[in-house]
Amino acid sequence: MARQPEGPPPPPTVQKLRLRYAKRGPLRFASHRDLARALERALRRAQVPMAYSAGFTPHPKISYVGAAPTGAASEAEYLEIGLAQRCDPEAVRVALDDSLPPGIDVLECVEAAEGGGSLADRIDATRWRIELPGIESAELESAVAALLAAGEVTVAKRTKNGLRDVDARAPIASASAGGAAGCAILHVVVRQVTPAVRPDDVVAALAAVADLRPPSPPRAVREAQGRLDDSGTVADPLGPDRAARARCQGEHAAV
Amino acid sequence: MVTVSVATLTHRRRSSERDPDAATGGVYPGPVMSGESLYPRLEPLLAQVQKPIQYVGGELNAQVKAWDDVAVHWALMYPDAYEVGLPNQGLMILYEVLNERPDALAERTYAVWPDLAALMREAGVGQFTVDAHRAVRDFDVLGVSFATELGYTNLLEALDLAGVPLHATDRDESHPVVVAGGHAAFNPEPIADFVDCAVLGDGEQAVGDITDVVAAWKQQGRPGGREELLARLARVDGVYVPRFYAVSYGPDGAIAAVTRTRADVPARVGKRTVMDLDEWPYPKTPLVPLAESVHERMSVEIFRGCTRGCRFCQAGMITRPVRERTITGIGSMVDQGLRATGYEEVGLLSLSSADHSEIGQVAKELADRYEGTNTGLSLPSTRVDAFNVTLANELSRNGRRSGLTFAPEGGSERIRRVINKTVSKEDLVATVTTAYANGWQQVKLYFMCGLPTETDEDVLEIAELAVEVIRAGREASGRKDIRCTVSIGGFVPKPHTPFQWAAQASAETIDHRLRVLRQAINADRRIGRSIGLRYHDGKPGVIEGLLSRGDRRVGRVIERVWREGGRFDGWSEHFSFERWTAAAGAELAPFGVDLDWFTTRERTQDEVLPWDHLDSGLDKEWLWDDWQDALSEEEVADCRWTPCYDCGVCPTNGTEIQIGPTGRSLLPLTVVGR
Repeated sequence: MARQPEGPPPPPTVQKLRLRYAKRGPLRFASHRDLARALERALRRAQVPMAYSAGFTPHPKISYVGAAPTGAASEAEYLEIGLAQRCDPEAVRVALDDSLPPGIDVLECVEAAEGGGSLADRIDATRWRIELPGIESAELESAVAALLAAGEVTVAKRTKNGLRDVDARAPIASASAGGAAGCAILHVVVRQVTPAVRPDDVVAALAAVADLRPPSPPRAVREAQGRLDDSGTVADPLGPDRAARARCQGEHAAV
Repeated sequence: MVTVSVATLTHRRRSSERDPDAATGGVYPGPVMSGESLYPRLEPLLAQVQKPIQYVGGELNAQVKAWDDVAVHWALMYPDAYEVGLPNQGLMILYEVLNERPDALAERTYAVWPDLAALMREAGVGQFTVDAHRAVRDFDVLGVSFATELGYTNLLEALDLAGVPLHATDRDESHPVVVAGGHAAFNPEPIADFVDCAVLGDGEQAVGDITDVVAAWKQQGRPGGREELLARLARVDGVYVPRFYAVSYGPDGAIAAVTRTRADVPARVGKRTVMDLDEWPYPKTPLVPLAESVHERMSVEIFRGCTRGCRFCQAGMITRPVRERTITGIGSMVDQGLRATGYEEVGLLSLSSADHSEIGQVAKELADRYEGTNTGLSLPSTRVDAFNVTLANELSRNGRRSGLTFAPEGGSERIRRVINKTVSKEDLVATVTTAYANGWQQVKLYFMCGLPTETDEDVLEIAELAVEVIRAGREASGRKDIRCTVSIGGFVPKPHTPFQWAAQASAETIDHRLRVLRQAINADRRIGRSIGLRYHDGKPGVIEGLLSRGDRRVGRVIERVWREGGRFDGWSEHFSFERWTAAAGAELAPFGVDLDWFTTRERTQDEVLPWDHLDSGLDKEWLWDDWQDALSEEEVADCRWTPCYDCGVCPTNGTEIQIGPTGRSLLPLTVVGR
């Protein structure tokens, strides 16, 4: 008979918090696994009363949503944590932020509203800002026009199973060019599909349609993640939780 | 909404503008000022390489000090990949000790993988530190810690990438002083051409003394240039400066004499020994990488040194005497380290952790303290001893009992007497069976192959043992799913051990014995399927043997291998045996010696060994007598609990055994995560 852990099961989750955090500067080179390890250790250092799974190797209850690729910076990464004791969301945000290395910065923390649905269901698109050093904005503008005019742009994408052709055009909801002299900036909204079309794939698509080839690697920043609404805007995925909170506080105030 | 600040785009030199010298490696002239960050030029390269996170620093507890605030700048290198080098305790200790000094700073650098090295050469970016991305070339001292000799080609690669001349004699006073440390520094002769000095023994105090010398010399306006600086360093206790010692060879190819070339340097260089470990509670704030590393845990060194007297073990010979950290010292390091890191596991580190005089109490009180906090405690591989199962049970009190490791090292009782690691077959089987009965599902057993006097029969006994262990274990635990993993490596004779005179077994011998062992284990599939065999072929061990017991002539082999592309020799996918044997053949022939001469040849008592002028404290006659005892299968006891047998260390170094019990216990604390 296999050994079983002695004693009572771990305490249940009594509160779910949703956090938005950024990866910035050199830490854009962290992979999702790197970030996950850093966040778990920081939660321990910050003494956040995490809820744990049962068994011999209990894991803290953390779920990650839509991680940005290695090499891409982000202002809009999301995760949800389950706590065994209720905490003030802002206090958790500050404590966690203090325990993380500079460059992984916790920006927002809200309590998940009861029955409000999952965080993953509120995210289906990313707004990217992609810097293209060595490219002039006029060059980029005509390349973007060519990309948007194309019906389908096939790029070779490296996946676990080797190179695979994907259509980089279909998931692009909108794209525009901007920037300063010597460094064009591409603003693009991409739907999150499988296999994912990432900033590198968008840049490859520009090379395919307009032979746009940046002399050095582009730098991408995920500016926002969320549900793409009919107006083409990427909605704030924490918005409903914040609204529920405000309603709740309003009711309290009314009493 | 927080916006990202866009780093100023720096102008990168295109290949057409690149300095022609840069292509040959070596010289990287450029606009870089001393201590300036190379990051803006490195960043575009990082987007093109594997696992870029290993090069960006920013680890928790990393430190960056202002360049101009201090007199002495240290770059500390672990000459292997970041994932291996980052958890290294030695480097972490020196990093903290140096950074605590107001007059010094220390940053870390690791071996760069070939993908990035190629881009760095193309872009003219030199070897850099991960902390502030400063050029290694700008530092005053480059300290390199060698846990194994297989890092030597990575030293050459780092020097070349840094723009530091490979040969110490080609450096001028603007170049960093290249200092080797770590266990391999007890025979630095194969790298004598490439390093300026080697530090023997514990580094905590030695780095401070070196800092004082460098600071004074700089402050005085660098009198006498590099030669004078090195002469001053040669007078620091434990510091060996190879250039002040001349080696001559006899007609038989062996060393005739090693003589000092200056009267003001010691004839023999002694080692450094830190006494009272409680006064050196480092690392206080261990580094926590973002990248995955080989040890995803925090380590606390519970004692240093070992007097078990295992004859193959260089670490146990060169780190004497035993110096324990007290139970309270251990308790506060564990507490402080966990708070500083957030790690979920603490390893209680030493050469033989169960030998700590208060280990039972340490295990129990730590287990009490961290119960219910999801904090794991572990001991590294241990001697075969029933007490170790009790300890491991205590440490894993309510956690999963996945694997337990024992190191019998020798397959037969006879060979275990030869290596002085005596345990009877009955005790071994009984201990492992107890582990299975206590819920441990997997036991790992470490062995060596190619030990002196070994025959096929000695190695075949490993198979008998493993079969017996599984049979008894199934019976005791009532389970069929228990496993035993036999992990076996080729033995490499090391300097400053009783086996320093021994003939190393050839790669063919090792491979043959591994083959018959594998066949024997698989003879009965019903048992064999519960036994795993992990092994490495004999070839890398031969090269490690050449580098371990080599002399200065081996330096040419290392250089040739590096020039022909040799890097990361500890990694099977990068190691090329053919490149090493071809280079050894070509470079050693003019001296009338060869690879076999350095490896499979037994040495005589009167031979001058390349490291005889480096003093580990062990008396050479005692080592020889112990070698003779090994051949006649006689054991020697541990001087911690039997009378002194005159190995020589304590009187030579003015040191003594420091062990408990102290009778103290751990005070209650408010624990992280409780």
